Amino acid sequence: MNPPFAADLNLRLCHSCKLSCSLDQSPDSCPRCGARLHHRKPNALSRTWALMIAALVLYIPANLLPIMHTSSLYKESSPTILGSVVQLWRGGSWDIAAIIFIASIGVPVTKFLVLTLLLVTVQTRRNLASCRDRTRLFRALELIGYWSMLDVFVAGLLSALVQFGVFGVIEPRLGILFFGIVVILTMLATLSFDPRLIWDNNHDHE
Amino acid sequence: MSYPSDIIICEYCDSAYHRPQLARNQKATCQRCGGIIARHRMLSIDQALALSVTAALMMAVVCFVPVLFIRVQGQVHSATLLDASLALAQGPIGLMALTVAFATLTVPILQVSMMTWLFAFARKHQRAPGFRWQMRALEALRPWSMLEVFLLGALVSVVKLSGRLDVFPAVGLFALAALSMLIIGLAGRDLPLLWNDAR
Ligand SMILES: [Zn+2]
Ligand SMILES: [Zn+2]
Repeated sequence: MNPPFAADLNLRLCHSCKLSCSLDQSPDSCPRCGARLHHRKPNALSRTWALMIAALVLYIPANLLPIMHTSSLYKESSPTILGSVVQLWRGGSWDIAAIIFIASIGVPVTKFLVLTLLLVTVQTRRNLASCRDRTRLFRALELIGYWSMLDVFVAGLLSALVQFGVFGVIEPRLGILFFGIVVILTMLATLSFDPRLIWDNNHDHE
Repeated sequence: MSYPSDIIICEYCDSAYHRPQLARNQKATCQRCGGIIARHRMLSIDQALALSVTAALMMAVVCFVPVLFIRVQGQVHSATLLDASLALAQGPIGLMALTVAFATLTVPILQVSMMTWLFAFARKHQRAPGFRWQMRALEALRPWSMLEVFLLGALVSVVKLSGRLDVFPAVGLFALAALSMLIIGLAGRDLPLLWNDAR
């Protein structure tokens, strides 16, 4: 037997404290924590589209501009994200190269693809298994979201450590700014999306 | 005022269920979408308070003690969490310095201090002054707490530098590891259960 949907019981979930609020008693705000209640997150689809497209546009300079500038007695370099991965790979640190590749390129690209997939398919009627899979994809997005900040933290920490003559100097560059903004925008895009929309057209379908 | 709190709703698909009786370490998943809808509490209030005080101490350590240091030809240089933010403040990318400071200092400091406050009152079976807005703030801050990512970043930095100079993890790095685990466990699992406790 399938469980009922909250709307069928005249209930609404409070997103802040997770209380099931009765729409008869308090249609607008949660009686327990005071947060505003919404049937679905407001303008979820247009907000998610807007934030994701903005992130996609900024992802171009994030990849083209150098993220760090390294100078020591022997050499100078200002690699881009991909350039730093290649440097590490050639230097023999393939494990760290893989971690940075996954966090800085794999995760953002996956987020763009999955968000687009969710946004495009959200209003289509599909079977139960498809709805469940797409909801799982959304939960995966929530989990991986912030790991892309890795490169920003590495840039900060390396620049803080290596500032002196003997050690050489490492400075952050503009690419890391664009990259950080991309991560924040994709996190906001994920937060704006409402996975319950996936199920809305399938209520009578089971 | 009574709430229909014997019913829980899945936040991913809006399915409604009767609140299940859970044994220790059990969790309930939504049969429609597979999301987690309820967890049993892992810790007693005493344990949760003890751990949030521990987290507050770790936070103090992490603020002042270096996470990494480097050594070349007898010269030593170290960096704390704050130094990493400040290093980004130079040049045209000051905005990132603010973001990093927010995600690795402001948010964790707010989390540990508010959690300690809330658990301390919960132990006396009371709702702390400001309970409602602090619980809401903690839920809103949760996605922006990034200490565990910083921790991985510190490990990556060690390997990146190790070819050229001597890098060592410092005490702060171990405090950081403990702190990030504590915040994930407390803020994500046990804190929201305070809503269900007696008013
Ligand atoms: Zn609420
Ligand atoms: Zn569900």
